[in-house]
Amino acid sequence: MHSRHLSPLSRALLSLVVGVALLAASGFTGELRNYQGAQVAVYLVAIASIILLTGYSGQISLGHGAIMAIGGYGAALSFTLWNFPFEIALLFGVLVGTVGGFILGVAAARLSGPYLAGTTLALAVGLPSIADQFHLLGGEQGLNFDIGDPPRWVVRLEGSDFTQYKWFFWIATVVALIALWAITNLLHSSYGRNWRAGRNNSVAAGLAGINVAKGKVLAFTVSSALASLAGALFALLLGLVTPTAFPLSLSFAIVTGAVLAGVGNLAGSIVGGVVLVAIPEISGALTTHLGDSQKVSANLPGLVMSALLILVVLFMPNGLRIRKFKRAKKTT
Amino acid sequence: MFIDTLLIGISSGAIYSLMALALVLVWRSTRVVNFAQSGQAVLSTYIGYEISVSTHNYWISLPLAILVGAILGSLVDLLFMRLLMGRANSGPIAEIAPVIATLGLLGLIQSFVGLIWGNAFLHYASPLSGKGFSFGTHTIPFSPQNLFIVVASAVVLAIFGAIFKYTDLGLALRASSFQPEIAQLAGVRVSRVRNIGWAFAGSAGAVAGAVITPTSTLSPNSLDLLFVSGFIAAVIGGLDSLVGAVIGGLVLGVGFAFILQYIGGSVTFLVGFIILMAVLLARPRGIFGHKVNRRA
Amino acid sequence: MKSGLEVQDFSVDYGAIRAIRDLSFHIVPGELVAVIGSNGSGKSTLIRALSGLIAPKQGSASWNGISILGKKPEDLVRQGIVHVSEGKSVIPELTVSENLALGGLWRKDKLDVAIATQESLAIFPVLASRLNQRADSLSGGERQMLAIARALISRPQLLLLDEPSLGLAPLIIEQIFVAISHLQNQFGLTVLLVEQNAVSALKIADRGLILNLGELVKAGTPADLIADPELRTAYLGF
Ligand SMILES: Nc1ncnc2c1ncn2[C@@H]1O[C@H](COP(=O)(O)OP(=O)(O)O)[C@@H](O)[C@H]1O
Ligand SMILES: [Mg+2]
Repeated sequence: MHSRHLSPLSRALLSLVVGVALLAASGFTGELRNYQGAQVAVYLVAIASIILLTGYSGQISLGHGAIMAIGGYGAALSFTLWNFPFEIALLFGVLVGTVGGFILGVAAARLSGPYLAGTTLALAVGLPSIADQFHLLGGEQGLNFDIGDPPRWVVRLEGSDFTQYKWFFWIATVVALIALWAITNLLHSSYGRNWRAGRNNSVAAGLAGINVAKGKVLAFTVSSALASLAGALFALLLGLVTPTAFPLSLSFAIVTGAVLAGVGNLAGSIVGGVVLVAIPEISGALTTHLGDSQKVSANLPGLVMSALLILVVLFMPNGLRIRKFKRAKKTT
Repeated sequence: MFIDTLLIGISSGAIYSLMALALVLVWRSTRVVNFAQSGQAVLSTYIGYEISVSTHNYWISLPLAILVGAILGSLVDLLFMRLLMGRANSGPIAEIAPVIATLGLLGLIQSFVGLIWGNAFLHYASPLSGKGFSFGTHTIPFSPQNLFIVVASAVVLAIFGAIFKYTDLGLALRASSFQPEIAQLAGVRVSRVRNIGWAFAGSAGAVAGAVITPTSTLSPNSLDLLFVSGFIAAVIGGLDSLVGAVIGGLVLGVGFAFILQYIGGSVTFLVGFIILMAVLLARPRGIFGHKVNRRA
Repeated sequence: MKSGLEVQDFSVDYGAIRAIRDLSFHIVPGELVAVIGSNGSGKSTLIRALSGLIAPKQGSASWNGISILGKKPEDLVRQGIVHVSEGKSVIPELTVSENLALGGLWRKDKLDVAIATQESLAIFPVLASRLNQRADSLSGGERQMLAIARALISRPQLLLLDEPSLGLAPLIIEQIFVAISHLQNQFGLTVLLVEQNAVSALKIADRGLILNLGELVKAGTPADLIADPELRTAYLGF
């Protein structure tokens, strides 16, 4: 990760350049690609939340889909109930998700591996049902989060053919870049170093005066902030939230993405996001090739994704990336 | 009313116990939570379904499905877990590698099942009636198939209990899970014993799948929620404890039945989550779990 | 072909650390040899490599002319080589009788397992009255006795003992060492005893090897070793 050697300012500049380039590129791609680009950005943020939690703090969550749901519902609720503008609604979603994540994180810090996995799994299955119980949350119909057409200033800037999907892509990309930039800075601060110290050896870190439990809670909270941001963006792309929009498979998918990215590597979340969006697309094309049967089209993406996941865990534990020379050298 | 709910709770609790038992057996032998368990169980249930369709006999398909479950469990250990344990054992991935790999295997098995049998709901029929017993005019929701579920689970649990407590194999299984190195130095072939643990776990999951499926439908994901319940039950009981798995399963089954009856179905897992949280905050290693690190 | 335990040019590594370096020695059948060394000198490493728990980097080791390298501990047990590991190697969750039974699980001759069990209980009678208690209810000395008793039920020819005196009171150590000596004299066992407690170990040993930082410093009879004032101050600690 080159950004390790960059100052916060130059990281900000880098993000800005990448952002402008991506936004400019959206002018040359079709509607589908723009929508997929926005999806990549959402997954990227969600995957970063897992990488932060697992790679940098050694905790595991199979329930981050539920935290995404909190963010999505928070955003949609403030949008429909109080008519918040969508930018503020997104932030409100993050606020709610962060508070929820903090509460969960306090409990999580006491639990070890499989117990934490079990608890978060139960949360992923159980939480969406809250929506059915409260009229306020819209029941099975869910809540509307349709932000409408792009605002006038954008249209004036970009011309009248500026579409909604392109607008989604812009929002998701900008938000994802800001989030990634903020997290990278955080990880290079003393907080980030403490997390890693606690991750690698909690006894030694404890002796060195680092409060491991506090670091874990903080990591879970920040991770939840990211996940709820991803959830709010996800809801924005869908135009609504429903109890079924955040299934268990979403929780599994983002963990998969994090593994493909390399769990210790924040920059890899881009790879993870791209793969999560590309695999259904590629298997779709493959299915057409194989005669377009219902059985194949429904199951090929899962098959490919699972096989890839297993292969990566077994043979590329650092994720899907070109091995660096430094790493390749044998340490004796 | 109370008795009806209790009976239904025991019937589903028995299934959770079997699933929890499968997880505990693997956890004790390999220190891995096997997320592929519900996939293994569903695949053996599909094979049971195939056999029952071609033989028109549920009673032939049931033991064969259990056998397939055992073989599958053994194969997953031999072909998959050993490779995994030998590889992804360092770096940030190490802690989550078993979870991820077994989740991957789950996806692989379920997609494979979907490719072969499709995703439509199938009916794996049992000759036992799914209609509740009647007493005069009163019909309770507890059916002969439910009764069979309870009996079959009790028999399986009793057989496992007897094996563990009274046989040489059981002693070897317990020793290998508590202190593999000492067991090895005493001459126990630990990896072979471990493999038998996986086979037992696979067969317990297969029993669960094959006896519960006649009460609903069969699809690649049809045992997922059952697995989640089994996992919650196992964690509540303490992943190490066979008795804990059984009690955890029954408590959860009865608890869920009462929630379903008096609050509503959609919140069951939310309440499950809350119960789980409460138990773990009081006892971070479950009710029957060992508090101390046994390697210490 | 040499009978007994023959170890030649033996080296064991942990990553970059060489814990045992070019060690060679020979134990004839029926002999009780003590390996003396301070904490961290490589005693456990040596014994673990001989019982198949870890693989040596270099060298050879054979028992009665047959190489014992590259074999799993459970296979070596079947060839009569039994390792009682450091720190009261019993399974606390099992009862005393279950711990004993473990040593005979692999054996076909169940009658002889029963006889061996009776013999072991005769050597350590305190265990006989505790058969149905969990092993974690035993005292440290009783656990060490249980660990040795379990090994005996496997009918070993070569017994590898790792610091049986560790953490025990002098009176108990005395009792256990008398029993070990008895095993050699009465049953003709070959014993490799690894110890920090040089006084107790050299009292019952036929020969002693002094190990320091993984290397052999000196080998000789207990009388020779004790007679050397330099060795006494530097390695034997008395
Ligand atoms: N698993 C291990 N990994 C790395 N080094 C080890 C390991 N076990 C022991 N060592 C090192 O090898 C050396 C010898 O250790 P050991 O054989 O346990 O000594 P002893 O039994 O004589 O106290 C020590 O320096 C110790 O730190
Ligand atoms: Mg030692």
